Amino acid sequence: MRPEQRMAVRKYGDRAFKWLTLIMALSVFVLIALIGFELTKGSHLALRKFGWHFLVGRDWDPVSEQFGALPFIFGTIVSSILALLIAVPLSIATAVFLTELAPQWLRQPITIFIELLAAVPSVILGLWGIFVMVPWLRSHLFPWLKSSLGFLPIFQGPIYGVSMLAGGVIIAIMIVPIITSVSREILRSVPGLQREAAYALGATRWEVTRIAVLSYAKKGLFGAVILGLGRALGETMAVTMVIGNRPEIATSLFAPGYTLASVIANEFTEATTDVYLNALFEIGLVLLGVTIVVNAVAQLMLRTLGGPGVRPQA
Amino acid sequence: MQTVTFCCALLVIAPLLLIFYTLLKSGIGSVNWDFFTKLPKPVGESGGGMANAIVGTFILLGLASMVGVPAGVCGGIYLSEYGSSRLNGWIRFGADVLNGVPSIIWGMVVYALVVLPMKGFSTLAGGIVLGLIMIPLIMRTTEEVLQLVPNGYREASLALGIAQWRTITQIVIRTALKGIVTGILLALARVAGETAPLLFTAFGNRFWTHHLSDPIAALPLQIFSYAISPYEDWRRQAWAGALVLLLLITTINVSVRVLTRDRFRK
Repeated sequence: MRPEQRMAVRKYGDRAFKWLTLIMALSVFVLIALIGFELTKGSHLALRKFGWHFLVGRDWDPVSEQFGALPFIFGTIVSSILALLIAVPLSIATAVFLTELAPQWLRQPITIFIELLAAVPSVILGLWGIFVMVPWLRSHLFPWLKSSLGFLPIFQGPIYGVSMLAGGVIIAIMIVPIITSVSREILRSVPGLQREAAYALGATRWEVTRIAVLSYAKKGLFGAVILGLGRALGETMAVTMVIGNRPEIATSLFAPGYTLASVIANEFTEATTDVYLNALFEIGLVLLGVTIVVNAVAQLMLRTLGGPGVRPQA
Repeated sequence: MQTVTFCCALLVIAPLLLIFYTLLKSGIGSVNWDFFTKLPKPVGESGGGMANAIVGTFILLGLASMVGVPAGVCGGIYLSEYGSSRLNGWIRFGADVLNGVPSIIWGMVVYALVVLPMKGFSTLAGGIVLGLIMIPLIMRTTEEVLQLVPNGYREASLALGIAQWRTITQIVIRTALKGIVTGILLALARVAGETAPLLFTAFGNRFWTHHLSDPIAALPLQIFSYAISPYEDWRRQAWAGALVLLLLITTINVSVRVLTRDRFRK
């Protein structure tokens, strides 16, 4: 090749490669726009017919084509809150154990176990949930809760096993790994000087952890919790298998519930009329809106710490 | 305090141990030659296997790689090698938000994009949905490993007069290849267990699939439909399927961690 030809190949090669990779990188925004567009297009009939009432309607009746999403919104929120109540203390305590207290030889194995738990597919957790966890909850934990805390309305009523509480427990198992590993990264980024200063002032180990480490990392830990919430809201298969799938708003946590993601999973292929299918698309739109906002907040909180953002676990 | 937090850590890993224990106890007896080689039997007959679902899962993963790997790796290259920090910040943010989109939503989107125009559930739709889920995952891991390549390598290559795109493809990527492959395998392990997006794209099939436009079986789908079925024999096979799937996923996870232990230590 003559030198000028070589220069030309080089110039165009560079340009073409840069553009190719840029287009692929920008596909992220294309995909986000596409998801929003397809869900809105898919739900236009329901959007027009029900408007804002869709969000507060309590009836879900495919036969008379009355659709309201409130029972599902309620179920998603309650099951996610239950999951956070269970998962957050456990995850943060585990993260503290792994970064501050555990002997060196124990840290690696526990971390690997937690990463493996994150890799268990939702459907396998659901299978285990139906045949092992739910029977155990029904015969041991629920009767005990009922007898000791039965004065609270949330622990009253008949025990079926499949229930809102079972859904909350299974979601908790699913989000513990992500909250733990993100919290662990955050606690590890707390400067050692911070701890040494507290020790120098005569603080005990517990005081060092509480004052120098946890309060220093507060914002990051909050981000980790919100990230867990984002996961909890969208969790589908395992929840569908243990929550009972009944579109009702019940006070008791022992009663079956239904979530936004489960109703899509269960009824999408059975939706016989256009309005029915549109209503399910609108449920998807609600779910998408909530998860995108929650995830964006989590990422912003984790990012302002100066790190490059925390990569969700593969 | 150490004891309390230690108990919390035990409680956190307890479900994993319990799941492994139950799967081994209930599943191992049904993992036999028939399970890997036979089609599912009709309703009411016992026996049969999940051969089509196992093959189906691998076909779907192959199709998914064709969608997810080029887009993910190229995007990761851009994030690491080109771009202003401002634009890249936005792309990273977009990828992380996309990672948080529930997988069932992906299923609905691909249903609208592929299944409706093609007028039927298909293997193609199943592969595409898994591939799309892989894109942001691979993009982030690729970027991360490319940034571990020392800048001196790039500078040395550029100083020799090698064009930038060839520096990237032949020096930078080659150096980080092991890490990129690790990221791809982890993304595959993640989507191999996805069920929700396949419910209304790949749909499942009780027979062999011969065309990309036909529905196809996949292990997670088969486990789900057997788990909620009323037949004892199907539930037995659901445990076996779950054991095989979990072993597949765990093997990928553990082996990539062992293989890359020393090089890509955080």
